[in-house]
Amino acid sequence: MIHARFDLAYPGFALHAEVRLPARGIIALFGPSGSGKTTLLRCIAGLERTANGMLQVRDEVWQDGANFLPVHRRPLGYVFQEASLFPHLSVRQNLEYGLKRIPPEQRRVQLEQAVEWLGLDRLIERDSPAGLSGGERQRVAIARALLTSPRLLLMDEPLSALDTASKRDILPYLEILHGALDIPVIYVSHALDEVARLADQLVLMEQGRVIASGALGEVLGRLDLPTAHLDDAGAVIEAGVVVQDEAYHLTRLDFSGGSLWVSRVERAIGSVVRARVLARDVSIATAAPHGSSISNILEARIAEIRDEGADRVNLRLTIGESQVLLSRITRRSRDQLGLMPGMEVFAQVKSVALIA
Amino acid sequence: MESAFSAADLSAIWLTFKLAAVVTVILLLVGTPIAWWLARTRSFWKGPVGAVVALPIVLPPTVIGFYLLVAMGPNGPLGQLTQALGVGLLPFTFAGLVVGSVFYSLPFVVQPLQNAFEAIPERALETAATLRASAWDAFFSVALPLARPGLLTASVLGFAHTVGEFGVVLMIGGNIPDRTRVVSVQIYDHVEAMEYAAAHWLSAGMVVFAFLVLLALYTLNPTGKRK
Repeated sequence: MIHARFDLAYPGFALHAEVRLPARGIIALFGPSGSGKTTLLRCIAGLERTANGMLQVRDEVWQDGANFLPVHRRPLGYVFQEASLFPHLSVRQNLEYGLKRIPPEQRRVQLEQAVEWLGLDRLIERDSPAGLSGGERQRVAIARALLTSPRLLLMDEPLSALDTASKRDILPYLEILHGALDIPVIYVSHALDEVARLADQLVLMEQGRVIASGALGEVLGRLDLPTAHLDDAGAVIEAGVVVQDEAYHLTRLDFSGGSLWVSRVERAIGSVVRARVLARDVSIATAAPHGSSISNILEARIAEIRDEGADRVNLRLTIGESQVLLSRITRRSRDQLGLMPGMEVFAQVKSVALIA
Repeated sequence: MESAFSAADLSAIWLTFKLAAVVTVILLLVGTPIAWWLARTRSFWKGPVGAVVALPIVLPPTVIGFYLLVAMGPNGPLGQLTQALGVGLLPFTFAGLVVGSVFYSLPFVVQPLQNAFEAIPERALETAATLRASAWDAFFSVALPLARPGLLTASVLGFAHTVGEFGVVLMIGGNIPDRTRVVSVQIYDHVEAMEYAAAHWLSAGMVVFAFLVLLALYTLNPTGKRK
């Protein structure tokens, strides 16, 4: 368990945040610019010092009242938005900078391991980080942070300074870490697609406050939060690969309550994947559609309806026991179909994005 | 052909280099913490302290020499301190020259160091802290290496400026052969005695030395190349 509470005021900005988070998996701090997510992360690291704060990580108190564990004594790794590699050190020396400062008996990540995880075997012999691309620099920075064997990894929008190609290049490495590491990661982002792809837990921030916190699917499935108003609002589905259809080059994914056909996924039968279904890609029918080209039609129950702007509404649908799906349709359609909470309907899923 | 430099000349040259070397080492030890503090502090005292450090740039060396002479004299605070410590009085000694030169050359060491420290992004030090480096550790492993060009400039300017001083030396050191008679004073003596040839040798030597030092500084320092 990570329990953090910070009050901090600057001219024009105030942070009043309290979160209790499970100390495992990837926890995303998500919110618009200026919502205080980076400040909260810096408070957790001890880079921002506020007298009025409390931080407990598992059974260790890092800050409470007058007690303040200095940054360099906190067993954490921090990845900044820009890679911040030391220009006077070679790539290897950068990697070893933190490693050297950890007593050998406390090292749980070895150099070779970090090099392998982040694909640095060709980069490690470079004399200077100056020639590295943005994505390469960030991979070195992540490895460097991991080599301090942190018990908590903090990442401040590590991909936001990268172009789309570098992002695509680095995301798979982050997913490897997700599987390989048993330490909690707090990941600041303002990109919902990144969060949906990586996070297990989601902490939503707005104007220096935490407005919601919980499991990713749960928070993204709520209509009363700002995430529901985003253009790319949508639900996340964890599903298992069950059937590979060779003839049509399709894959069937099963989740509790239904299944989806998607373009061929090169994964073994039985592996679990994460898919994202955007609200705008889900339409509603009150009777089972016939002669439709849409192959993914799920039986669902309307749990909640909320206005979205002047002309549209957001629907929260439940499928089976617990799976949530969002749908965004016009207000006129809602009235013409007479949609009400509690109704059984058919959700037609036009598109499914496989994200992990 | 006889040697271009007399024994007295050689003694003055040796004394000058010894003085400049000692002063440079002391200045780096004293100037680095001052420059670091000036570069990072948000204290009210930053302005006043910076101004005091910079005073020797604008004041005539004779003014500094005069007040140092008074301070180091039998009734001055420095003089009473040195007497209490049992080292006697500093005026007209090599140690007195060292003290005077340290004050006189201080801004030439502090200012390049301060500029170099100010150019180090806060982020570099924060990164070091998250990698388990204490403030001292980060200073030596990150700040000093990143400030290397400034450190080189500071050393060279401190050294060269001490070699070239005249007014302060004359005020507090006098003109004692082998003890306080440095090159600049020796040149003055030669000119007074109408020994222009000897004055030429030493003066031209100073010009060549100054040129070589600055040439080395501008060639070695990778200003502008660093990303």
